[in-house]
Amino acid sequence: MSLSRDEVTQVALLARLRLEPEELETFTGQLNQIVEFVAQLQELDTHDIVPLAHGVEVRNVFREDLRGPSLPREAALANAPKRNSESFLVPAVLE
Amino acid sequence: MIDPTRSTAVHLLAQMSSGEVSAEEITRAYVDRAERLNPTLNVFLHRDVQKALDQAKAVDARRAAGDSLGPLAGIPVAIKDVLCTLGEPTTCGSRMLKSFRPPYDATVISKLRAADAVIVGKTNMDEFAMGSSTENSAYGPTRNPWDTTRIPGGSSGGSAVAVAADLAPISLGSDTGGSIRQPAALCGIVGLKPSYGRVSRYGLIAFASSLDQVGPFSHDLADTALLLGVIAGRDPMDSTSVDTPVPDYLGTLDTPPPSLRVGIVREYFGEGLDPEIEAAVREAVRVYEAAGATVREVSLPHSKYGGPAYYLVAPAECSSNLSRYDGTIFGHRAEDFSARTPEEESIPPLIRMMMASRAEGFGPEVKRRIMLGTFALSAGYADQYYNQALKVRRLIRNDFDNAFKDVDVLIGPTTPTAAFKLGEKTSDPLAMYLSDIYTITTNLAGIPGLSIPCGMTKSGLPIGLQLMAPAFAEETLLRTARVFEKATDWHSRRPGLS
Amino acid sequence: MDYTIIIGLEVHVQLLTESKMFSACGTDFGLPPNTQTDPVSLGMPGTLPVMNRKAFDLALKTAVALGAEIAAFTKWDRKNYYYPDLPKNYQISQYDLPFSRGGSIPIPVRKDGGGSRVRLTRVHLEEDTGKLTHGTGGFSEVDLNRAGIPLLEIVTEPDIRTVADAKGCLEELRLTLRYLGVSDCEMQEGSLRCDANINLHIPHEGRTVATPIVEIKNLNSFRSVERALQYEAERQYEKWKRDGLTIHDAHKETRGWNDPEGVTKPQRQKETAADYRYFPEPDLVPVEVDEPWIARIRATIGELPTERRQRFESDFGLSAYDANVLVEQGEEVADYFDAVVKATGEAKLASNWIQQDVLRIAKETKVSLAEFPVGAEGLADLINRVKRKELNTNQGREVLAKMIETGEPVDAVIAAGGYGMVSDQGEIVAAIEAAIAANPKAMDDLKGGKKKPEAVKGFLRGQVMKQTGGKADPALVSELLDAKLAELIG
Repeated sequence: MSLSRDEVTQVALLARLRLEPEELETFTGQLNQIVEFVAQLQELDTHDIVPLAHGVEVRNVFREDLRGPSLPREAALANAPKRNSESFLVPAVLE
Repeated sequence: MIDPTRSTAVHLLAQMSSGEVSAEEITRAYVDRAERLNPTLNVFLHRDVQKALDQAKAVDARRAAGDSLGPLAGIPVAIKDVLCTLGEPTTCGSRMLKSFRPPYDATVISKLRAADAVIVGKTNMDEFAMGSSTENSAYGPTRNPWDTTRIPGGSSGGSAVAVAADLAPISLGSDTGGSIRQPAALCGIVGLKPSYGRVSRYGLIAFASSLDQVGPFSHDLADTALLLGVIAGRDPMDSTSVDTPVPDYLGTLDTPPPSLRVGIVREYFGEGLDPEIEAAVREAVRVYEAAGATVREVSLPHSKYGGPAYYLVAPAECSSNLSRYDGTIFGHRAEDFSARTPEEESIPPLIRMMMASRAEGFGPEVKRRIMLGTFALSAGYADQYYNQALKVRRLIRNDFDNAFKDVDVLIGPTTPTAAFKLGEKTSDPLAMYLSDIYTITTNLAGIPGLSIPCGMTKSGLPIGLQLMAPAFAEETLLRTARVFEKATDWHSRRPGLS
Repeated sequence: MDYTIIIGLEVHVQLLTESKMFSACGTDFGLPPNTQTDPVSLGMPGTLPVMNRKAFDLALKTAVALGAEIAAFTKWDRKNYYYPDLPKNYQISQYDLPFSRGGSIPIPVRKDGGGSRVRLTRVHLEEDTGKLTHGTGGFSEVDLNRAGIPLLEIVTEPDIRTVADAKGCLEELRLTLRYLGVSDCEMQEGSLRCDANINLHIPHEGRTVATPIVEIKNLNSFRSVERALQYEAERQYEKWKRDGLTIHDAHKETRGWNDPEGVTKPQRQKETAADYRYFPEPDLVPVEVDEPWIARIRATIGELPTERRQRFESDFGLSAYDANVLVEQGEEVADYFDAVVKATGEAKLASNWIQQDVLRIAKETKVSLAEFPVGAEGLADLINRVKRKELNTNQGREVLAKMIETGEPVDAVIAAGGYGMVSDQGEIVAAIEAAIAANPKAMDDLKGGKKKPEAVKGFLRGQVMKQTGGKADPALVSELLDAKLAELIG
């Protein structure tokens, strides 16, 4: 398979990445190269194989429902790129 | 006084306890050396010298008062900037986190502090740990102390060079596909990627959550054992950290393993392996034979699929892990996110803000992997790519399980080549990906991997020997590696830096 | 209007835990913005989730109570989408292996319908998002106090056929969850949230056509669920008559309910097609649930509303209506009723007293039953005295009012108020004779047939009660008055 520039544009939108025209060009070529590389996996018959999604296969890990302290609001907001005295601010979301 | 910067943590601890040297003197010596060499090597992204000296002095004071001290009391440790340190810059090598100061300490940092270690700085790295050369840092590349025109490997290049160039006796890195072992090999030091679940990931800024693991760099295995002993163990803040006892790695290190069955991985000696490296590894095999090991060739038949599986699983997880960097709660926000094209006019400002912030905050390799991972998980492609990769991951794990039925450890080269030149592979991502070809399968399988110095090329570049063991068999791994370390002196070589 | 309404509900319920789903900070409602967060719920780089055992147990309890099948193996997945109220830009949720499937919600019988069951598709556990409010100067404000509170998603099959049933189903679900103690289910506070999918099946030219499915969001009260569905059914029918578009011609549409205007409005379409790129959450490990675990959970489930209604009907002989009134107001009321019945042996009487007096007064004075000054014991004591004819019903009401006012027990109120029923035949007969003597006109009316006998009797009964200070046993007065009049008139 091969990814078109339009498909790469769609992926970039899904990934929330604004691409410069020349980046789009480069990435389209590079991604196709990499996709070709990873497509080697199609050679393998895996229909009976159980996927392995975790680094370690343990089960049933829980924490008890105990309340701990909250961060002071100043600490919570300290890294915000834009904020007021009580909240994070983002460009208006219109419903 | 001997120069403390030519020592190891274990020796420094002994010297401190015998009163030959103080923690302050040690920290001062390393800090001074860093002052001198950092401009050339670009190891540290952030240092707080005064704080480090204060920590060292506090250790001296407590020692003088007869207080009990932690196992790393007064030992300088360099930290890869992927680990969160409370209130201190933690950039992950990215412009995105240039001004980020975490409101908490990573668990391994808390453990270092509890062990009375002296944190001397945060080290350079490939942005978000994606890369094999430390050239993907937003803060410039780190240079290899053996040849400053060459890369140190990556992504933990800064932490590797910190130790190799004696800017700290030990350091912490992280390894998702070889990011500790590959730079350790290229810098001539010891680097361990522990079993997945051995060390807490809480506070390790995630690249690929099911593969990431924190591990130590050092000059020799005694320091590796010492530092691993401090950072290992179950953490209630990390669901994937495993509740398995932490052995006394240092205490048992010099006891030869009860069984010494070594497997040579057939698939690691094929095309692409530099003959000088192959020769060094073959020589290492002879060292083991001479030490009485049973050596046999074993096969990991799915090895060739490791790269393709890795470059789907890791980017898929990374695309999700890095989606939080959108200019909302933390990280970089673009100042100008106005529409530049008619198409962008139809995108609401909020989304344009996110897109522009991410475009400015991330470098090309990170963007590439986010794109690849987004694609691999997207509707219509997930089965073919991501899910198939998870199944191949199982096959790779089964390969190791089968191999370890007959041998205690596997050995092979850590990297196909020695350190390459800066800029040599930056325009060819795929070529760069191949430098991790021998290391990524251990991450996919969750088993521990260790790289130790095993030779030098004719041009004077270090070569690494990789050893692998079953999950949670770090003790076996270290003891087996120690057999080689005792029989050779590669680990004591130091680069000739002025 | 000849069509069938097809409704399915998607309900989100916050679970009653002390701490968030994946970290230790609190779960309180109504705190100042961003004062209930920690590094994990802010989605800070490097943080990891760890599952709250209580949240999982409460989720299991709910699913077991709703008759769902519990999966032996369940896992967590990441649902990836960018939104500022979702700090990680992925929600930890469950995709292909939810912890439960199936089950159902009964719709209680009403005068105008009900009585069926709504099947559940699945119940799964996920984390709540933060809140976004429109601010000033072109900005929206993000408050992450709510981010990470454990949230149960309950999805029904499209089994609901009337708007009243939709409301009934949702009310029964809330009641069940409250009985279970898994959620406080306050729609106003957002601990219960409901989206509804609705379309119409319209018979047309010998076959059935289906209108495009609409998902209605922003339903913030039971009333708005009812109004929005009613509105939307009518809107879809009118629209279909105009454009004839069917489910095959259009994608599912999302509309928001605008309560003040009483209309649904299309919500802004997403810029990109939703592609959530689900994949297994690598930071959380799967959960295996075995039979002993389910048995432990089952043992914590008390009598559910449906069972309780049945018991009130079959064991106590209450009508379906009365049984429902006592059950639907919550476990407190039903428990109170049970306690009164136990102490009096009088189910019907207890039901009347509780419905007509206790609940009415509690409602008027805006107190919960837990705060109501007369407990089940006090009411039972009062009912027993009425039953023993120490008080008549009217006196009982007065005594109850005094008990509420003073907080005194029955005995003290009776002693202080001089209550006591006159059941002495001689005394009552004397009063009857006096009343007749004092009202010759009444007797004339009766004899002359000028007024109906019942009206005259009623008047005379009132006179007798008045003479006895309201203390005469009303039943005895009736009986003796009838006898006296029969004697006089023949």
